[in-house]
Amino acid sequence: MVKNLHILLVLIGLGAIFYALTSDFESSDALSPVAERYATQGPDEVGAANLVTAVVVTYRGLDTLGEVTILFLSAAIVAFFLKVTNGNGGKRNFRPVSEILQTAAKVLTPAIFLLGIYVFINGHLTPGGGFQGGAIVASGLVLMLLARPDMKISHTVIHVVESISGFAFVFIGILGIFYAGGFLDNSLISLGTFGTLLSAGAIPIIYIFVGLKVGAELSNIVGHLQESQNEA
Amino acid sequence: MDQIGLEHIALISGLILAIIGLWGLLTQKNIIKMIVGFALLDTGIHIIMIAVGYVKNATAPIISETVTKSNAAEKIADPIPQALVLTAIVIGLGITALMLAYALKMHQKKKSLDINHYKDLKW
Amino acid sequence: MILKIIAIILGVLIIGLAVYALHAKKLTVAILGAGAVSLLASVMYLLLAAPDVAMTEAAIGSGLSTIIFFYVLNKIRKQNG
Repeated sequence: MVKNLHILLVLIGLGAIFYALTSDFESSDALSPVAERYATQGPDEVGAANLVTAVVVTYRGLDTLGEVTILFLSAAIVAFFLKVTNGNGGKRNFRPVSEILQTAAKVLTPAIFLLGIYVFINGHLTPGGGFQGGAIVASGLVLMLLARPDMKISHTVIHVVESISGFAFVFIGILGIFYAGGFLDNSLISLGTFGTLLSAGAIPIIYIFVGLKVGAELSNIVGHLQESQNEA
Repeated sequence: MDQIGLEHIALISGLILAIIGLWGLLTQKNIIKMIVGFALLDTGIHIIMIAVGYVKNATAPIISETVTKSNAAEKIADPIPQALVLTAIVIGLGITALMLAYALKMHQKKKSLDINHYKDLKW
Repeated sequence: MILKIIAIILGVLIIGLAVYALHAKKLTVAILGAGAVSLLASVMYLLLAAPDVAMTEAAIGSGLSTIIFFYVLNKIRKQNG
């Protein structure tokens, strides 16, 4: 009973703090000064039509580097915890997969992979980008694993893709120090005409590597979870 | 009804969702339900952040035929909170996957998912 | 005006589903409740003029997070007996 009273006091205190913070919240009619500067000079400086992509890759590129590092760390720890300890000797008896799932997976999986790759290649023109495309590619892999549970995922390919993508991302950033304005500056490659596929300098290349890395890491987590299903 | 805008509704529902998630994290006994409560808290905080960055009658921050380069600053919503929430959603997934791996290992040791059975660090 | 009504309906549904998910006896219902809250939050992001965030939340929160929960739940049930 005392514990419940303490929890109630904590929640009421948190509610009071929230109320004090937002009681004089007025809805904004115009953008804040920083956002206005990004909106007026962003398309000419960066060359990308999608302003959120311009902020994530160029203006706040270091945050993206930190986030890619955190995702790599969590994928590595999950793989370490779920290591299969008795090799491949365990007998796997899965329930037979229904025919609707098998047929539908054969039709849908290439379309899902194509959609994922389209989303992260066109990240600077339409809504989308590396994180969304990587998550869609990982979902396609989950569909393949659900339709054929005894499919073996080659962990070597995933490790090679992930390492090369991460290394290339940092390498392009360091090239920006020598040949352009600073770390992860995208005027390394010429900015091109606004609104076409080959515009916005190095943003499509950076986002392709980020998308491949995120997709490979999420597929790694799902693959390890699938393989550890049959041990006792 | 004109006093309450779209962002006030989103702000209030985000706040209540965050408080419900925190309550679930504090009172539940099953470890998996605590992790579900943490995911709800995460989603609530993200809704609050996007609601703060909304401008009245604004559209998406993407330059197209209707939102040209010259009048972009009057028509779009704030793109900076959206970029930060994009990163935060992916990190939230990484944290949830880690917590679930820990829960799996703890269950392997002691065969129980009740949080009251793990008293090793209590003094 | 119609957007405000949709937003109020979404807000009420989100809070109702969250309370139902935490009060359920079975773990499966709780996990599906969290996935449904994530899906409705994705629609609310679209109303708040943020299509990038809506796409990310739908793919990651409502897709991959629920799948990972179910994998771990299956393994725990196999370990139990």
